[in-house]
Amino acid sequence: MMQTEPKALALDIRDVSKRYGPRWALARLSYSLPLGTSLLLTGHNGSGKSTLLRIIATSSSPTAGGLSVLGLDAREQREDVRRQTALLSHSSFLYEDLTAEQNLLLLARLLGAAHARDIVSGLLTKVGLATRADHAVRTFSAGMRKRLAIARVLLKQPRLVLLDEPFGELDPAGIAAMEKIIGEMQDKGTTVILATHLIEQGRALTQRRLHLREGRAVAA
Amino acid sequence: MIDASAERGIAFRPQPIGLFHSAAIVFWKDLLIEWRTRARLNALIFFAVATLLLFSFALGPDTALLRQNAAGYLWLGILFASVLSLGESFRVETENSSMDGLKLAPVDARAVFLGKAVGNGPMLFALSFVLLPILVALYDVSIAGGLAALVGVLALGCAAITAPGTIYAAIASNARARDVLLPLLLFPLLVPALLASVKASALVLQGDPMHQLGSWLGLLAGFNLIYWGLGFTLFPRVVED
Repeated sequence: MMQTEPKALALDIRDVSKRYGPRWALARLSYSLPLGTSLLLTGHNGSGKSTLLRIIATSSSPTAGGLSVLGLDAREQREDVRRQTALLSHSSFLYEDLTAEQNLLLLARLLGAAHARDIVSGLLTKVGLATRADHAVRTFSAGMRKRLAIARVLLKQPRLVLLDEPFGELDPAGIAAMEKIIGEMQDKGTTVILATHLIEQGRALTQRRLHLREGRAVAA
Repeated sequence: MIDASAERGIAFRPQPIGLFHSAAIVFWKDLLIEWRTRARLNALIFFAVATLLLFSFALGPDTALLRQNAAGYLWLGILFASVLSLGESFRVETENSSMDGLKLAPVDARAVFLGKAVGNGPMLFALSFVLLPILVALYDVSIAGGLAALVGVLALGCAAITAPGTIYAAIASNARARDVLLPLLLFPLLVPALLASVKASALVLQGDPMHQLGSWLGLLAGFNLIYWGLGFTLFPRVVED
């Protein structure tokens, strides 16, 4: 009898809890996600979505429990996890006094890109900021900052991408473009975890859904 | 928004880069921010010059007293200004959680320490050179031991402030009362370095008939060795959650 190989996991969360002061943002959460499968993360404000994404990205450590990301232990192999994941967060990670181009050049050089300027120029064109390349981020609107933050994510060419409210601050054209970018990433085999309040849009882009309430997984 | 023709140009294979290369990129980034805004250097110079002026006004026209205490006031000016400089160097990292962006890039936290500390040192060193002519004019000092010796003392003293200063600025950057917390943490720790810097500078300015300069420089060098080592080792614990 032929046995099918179990699909490799993009994410294996084991009893993860996170406490901020007296409040538990995540409470003994367990969940597994196969590689290449996209996940929609839903829940009310304060349900633990952003905390979970930050823990998966290794930006924050769990108070208890453990997790593997792309088959790597998030605590022991943190650098390798970081190299293969990208987080689009509420914070843009951008330097306000640098230009759009300089912000991307900084990351490209840290990633060891040989032709950083060409790569950055291509990315700025892709996200529609080519004409504002030499403008300081401080002068950008919220939507433009979001586009630049997306360019940062694309620059990393991650195997796992974590998107926290990716449609926020974008105009309808920007939302359509973001959907296209997410689709393109999925076509390339990138695992996408998407946290959004726009459930219908999220559903159309993902295969699975995890609903959080007070830090626990519940039936949606 | 999307231009598909741009897609071809962005494909590359990310490569891990070395610690010192990362530190150089962090240093370059800070330098670029400073060059674009010039906010930090301008504020530092104004603040330090004002401090020296105020000390001289407070002491009055007693030239002998001014000359005798000149080294102390020079280093107090540099120390007070360093709090502004160190705080500002981490303000840019907290504005949009950019420090998280660096960590997740990923950049080795030790490279961030080196880049930041090496960036803060020359800033204070440059400031001390701006203050020197003012010190000569206001406090009526001459440099008896020679400019080269004074440059050495200033370099060692500024480095001694920046290594622990970078660690504590990183700690304080996430606190609500960061402006109060940084001097509160930093000043007590810097007492030996401040003492050695003032004594060594005074010996260079006023002459060193008992050949004491070497021992004070030795203390400064030892302080630097300890705190640059500690900073390099402990910084990852400071910036990681």
